[in-house]
Amino acid sequence: MSEKTALPVGQEAIEDKGWWLAHKFLILRRITQAGFLVLFLLGPWFGIWWVKGNLAGSLTFDVLPLTDPLVLLQSMFAQHWPETTAIIGALIVGVAYALIGGRVYCSWVCPINPVTDAAHWLHDRLGFAKGWQPKRGTRYWVLGMVFAVSALTGTIAWEFVNPISMLHRGLIFGMGFAWAFVLAVFLFDLVVSRRGWCGHLCPVGAFYGLLGTGSVLRVSAVKRADCDDCMDCFAVCPEMHVITPALRGAEGDTPLILSSDCTNCGRCIDVCAPDVFKFTTRFDDTPAPARAVRRKPKRQPEASRAA
Amino acid sequence: MSANSNRNPLPTNRRRFLQDAARAAGACAVAGMAITKLATDARALPVQAIRPPGALPEEDFLAACIRCGLCVRDCPYDTLVLAELGYDGPATGTPFFTARNIPCEMCDDIPCVKACPTGALDKGLTNIDDADMGLAVLIDEEHCLNALGLRCDVCYRVCPVIDKAITLERRHNERSGHHAIFMPVVHSDHCTGCGKCEKSCVLPNESAIKVLPMRVAQAEAAEHYKLGWEDRNPLVDELIDLPDRLPGPGTDNLVAPGGYLPSGIEGMPDPSMEGGFAPSYGLPGTGGAGQ
Repeated sequence: MSEKTALPVGQEAIEDKGWWLAHKFLILRRITQAGFLVLFLLGPWFGIWWVKGNLAGSLTFDVLPLTDPLVLLQSMFAQHWPETTAIIGALIVGVAYALIGGRVYCSWVCPINPVTDAAHWLHDRLGFAKGWQPKRGTRYWVLGMVFAVSALTGTIAWEFVNPISMLHRGLIFGMGFAWAFVLAVFLFDLVVSRRGWCGHLCPVGAFYGLLGTGSVLRVSAVKRADCDDCMDCFAVCPEMHVITPALRGAEGDTPLILSSDCTNCGRCIDVCAPDVFKFTTRFDDTPAPARAVRRKPKRQPEASRAA
Repeated sequence: MSANSNRNPLPTNRRRFLQDAARAAGACAVAGMAITKLATDARALPVQAIRPPGALPEEDFLAACIRCGLCVRDCPYDTLVLAELGYDGPATGTPFFTARNIPCEMCDDIPCVKACPTGALDKGLTNIDDADMGLAVLIDEEHCLNALGLRCDVCYRVCPVIDKAITLERRHNERSGHHAIFMPVVHSDHCTGCGKCEKSCVLPNESAIKVLPMRVAQAEAAEHYKLGWEDRNPLVDELIDLPDRLPGPGTDNLVAPGGYLPSGIEGMPDPSMEGGFAPSYGLPGTGGAGQ
């Protein structure tokens, strides 16, 4: 902890690097999220049918089939063996996310992410307490429950409630009352549990996290020696526990953020004034000396809690 | 708490793990039950909602349909829609059509089936005439104009499988006494359930003829039933013998309904009973034997 923690999050980065570099990945991420949505909306809104379907399954330029592997897996648990088209689509999606990081889906594609980010922004502005924080493994229990219910009922169970497909399909094909699911997620994150949905419960995130366990694209705290303990990266990270092992690792520990919970959103790269973080591959073995012994070796309780 | 842990021989972290696991499992069981309720409710597809051609039976369909809407996109007549939560009956996001709004035009190339990536719409359906989306049923004979003895015939005329799926059966008009009723009759082996008849019924609001799901519209003959006029051998796998026509009283001995065929008696009635049967002689076993 340093006196810089008193500054607003990202302020130092804006002053040092300029506004654009302090928001680069946030802006790119929003553009990507909007871009994926617009690709799907070009057809129904403007009659340009480059992409047909929705995130569960789509066909691009009439040749490229894409299928959500989690939906297809539930279908198999429900004892339906899908046709080759869907299996090829799921393999393409699965391999892509396995390489670039499964939870890239969460931060760069998922339409619920702007909703929960907005809830988190308002949560911070209103100064609410963090509320109920489920255990780290909860989302995997939910994922297991989804497979169990799929097998028991013989249906693709999560699609009955999945707020992601409710919102995405709703925007493209017609919303009905599906907005209620989206509002429920927003309110849950706002008043019940800080970063509760995407960070603790969503089984889609859990699945994609597992999918990207060995992903090639990683964020690395390669210049961790320059860290000035401003804590801004912890403040913006939706899965803050992933930072600690890399940033605060001892000499010899890898500076790579290897946790499958990391969404590769790149926001830590944005807000870090000394440019500690960068995108790299998991094979990057650039030497990354650990941080020097801190001026105040006695850790304050806030720091340990954040870690 | 500390006293408790002293008594408990389990290490704290293992006990905590078991506690956490039990709590998570319990919470997931509650959530899972709620989703199970939604999933089982969704099987009760409303009768007005017709699935696209080639759709698997509803319980298999909900395992196979990923709700991507590609069938909807490739439907050239905007017949198919995805169910919207709260407005439409089928499971949210699954494709269906309402025949009274836009019926299926029965495209020869069946683009909706081709578009389906998962097989929820069965690629085995290659001839649209083999589709079984539902079965048209003349549901309101009180208001059907043809049933009233008028010549509307619209459902018959629009039927893409005219004279096979719907035929007009000529019947006597009992009301007028000297007119005919041309009754629309649906034949399940040819009806595809496209719904053009329901769409075009001239009555306001509800149609007199409706496409219903097969599960609602069609009864099933019992396995051992055989129609004697279609099947010359009514025996079931040689297990059941024909009833013996005993010539005794109380049987269906049509030649001599009272009993034995009398022989050697003069004035025997014509066996074909032209002009009615009036026994003019006493028969053995009649007259109060009470058989």
